[in-house]
Amino acid sequence: MPREMLDSEIQRLQKEVMSLGEMVEKSILEAVDSLKRRDFEASRRIIAQDQAINEKRFAIEADTLVVIATQQPMASDLRILAAILEVVTELERIADYAKGIAKVNLLIGEKPLIKPLIDIPRMAQKATDMLHRALEAFVQKDVEKAMAIPKEDDEVDALYDQVYRELMTYVIANPAANLEQANYLLWVAHNLERAADRVTNICERVVFTVTGEMKELDIQEDIGTRWSRTIKEGQ
Amino acid sequence: MSWLQKMPLPDLPDNPEEPIIKIRNLNVWYGNRLVLGDINLDIPRNRITAIIGPSGCGKSTLIRCLNRMNDLIPNARVEGQVLFDGKNIYSSDVDVTEIRRRIGMVFQKPNPFPKSIYENIAWGLRIRGFKGNLDEVVERALRQAALWDEVKDKLHANALTLSGGQQQRLCIARALAVGSEVLLLDEPASALDPISALKIEELLRELSRDYTIVIVTHNMQQAARVSHYTAFIMWDDNRVGRLIEYGLTRDIFTNPKDKRTEDYITGRFG
Repeated sequence: MPREMLDSEIQRLQKEVMSLGEMVEKSILEAVDSLKRRDFEASRRIIAQDQAINEKRFAIEADTLVVIATQQPMASDLRILAAILEVVTELERIADYAKGIAKVNLLIGEKPLIKPLIDIPRMAQKATDMLHRALEAFVQKDVEKAMAIPKEDDEVDALYDQVYRELMTYVIANPAANLEQANYLLWVAHNLERAADRVTNICERVVFTVTGEMKELDIQEDIGTRWSRTIKEGQ
Repeated sequence: MSWLQKMPLPDLPDNPEEPIIKIRNLNVWYGNRLVLGDINLDIPRNRITAIIGPSGCGKSTLIRCLNRMNDLIPNARVEGQVLFDGKNIYSSDVDVTEIRRRIGMVFQKPNPFPKSIYENIAWGLRIRGFKGNLDEVVERALRQAALWDEVKDKLHANALTLSGGQQQRLCIARALAVGSEVLLLDEPASALDPISALKIEELLRELSRDYTIVIVTHNMQQAARVSHYTAFIMWDDNRVGRLIEYGLTRDIFTNPKDKRTEDYITGRFG
């Protein structure tokens, strides 16, 4: 096969992207779990591990540039490599959200949680599940799968709205005691909501890789619109 | 150390880089004209080293020094050392024929003998008094050169009936059959169509697991695709070819250290 070298390099890079994705999924799940268990040591570990994720992202980026520079990819080969550069950036940002969640655990400190965490772990589970399938779709070049995933973002958004409303009731009930922590927990939920949004960006790159078409798959209303709707409904 | 340097070379075993050829203070004259000046370069074993540079900079002259092909050019004079496995090939006690057997050369234009495909491989062995199983050696060489499947049913057809790409692979098989450890290739794909050229490139990658390959090419994209190391040669103000930069191909083509290399590979010069 005349482009064996290029093909094997692309496959290797795709495997690296999957491996980076697994690191990111693990970070998100562990960050939420350590918050739930109030495990500060685990949170510190997640913050430290973010460096390894950043380094892996840069390594994949550097290797992709080498393949572009040395192998002269064209058409779908070029699109895959361009998409890899985008996807690793999204993954690195999602890992930053995990780091942010881990920091929240440390910021809350020894104070007990104002409420048990039920929907936040669900959000994390849903977002990482979407991420995993989006990366599979990327490697498998499965457009149908990629186009279906952003629709699931509704579930994450609904969970976010629920967390928001619930936290607001805690704030209204006792602002002095609950405002600060409610704010931190809302930050956590917001990070998870954004992580799911970034999965949509990855799905868009799958479509671009296969079809060459650049189009928005995010058909959801933005967070500002949703907030004002949520606030109105609460009134 | 940059990320590029930390990453292992793709598709290669992690053996340490060990020079099989060391070029030391090499100067080459054609008559009174110095054409290559003070070249120092290590060619690593089981790797592909590409030599790139503008036309007339001395790339072919350099590669021809590596198996004393310049001996055949009137008025050519070589100073300095080319150490092959530690021994200077320009020493007076060196058997030049033996050097050219161990360091084979493939040229721009395929040059099979006007004989059968089989005889092209077998002939070199016969004149060396080979007593073993010729059929086996011919088949092995043709398989190594990724040509066997295409010619196994017509081994006794004239080699000149093969396509250009096939002829070039036959020339590579011919060198492998006589036991070359190093293959020097001077623009081996420039007379071929793009697909045949890519086949040669894939063959070279495969062969680099067992052989050392030095390729001269004016096709930068080809050098980038195929080689592990790249040497860039360019004239100085006196039109003497100098080694400007040498390093991992991935570094040369993504982050060259010398502005002249950058200008050349980005098409701003040459």
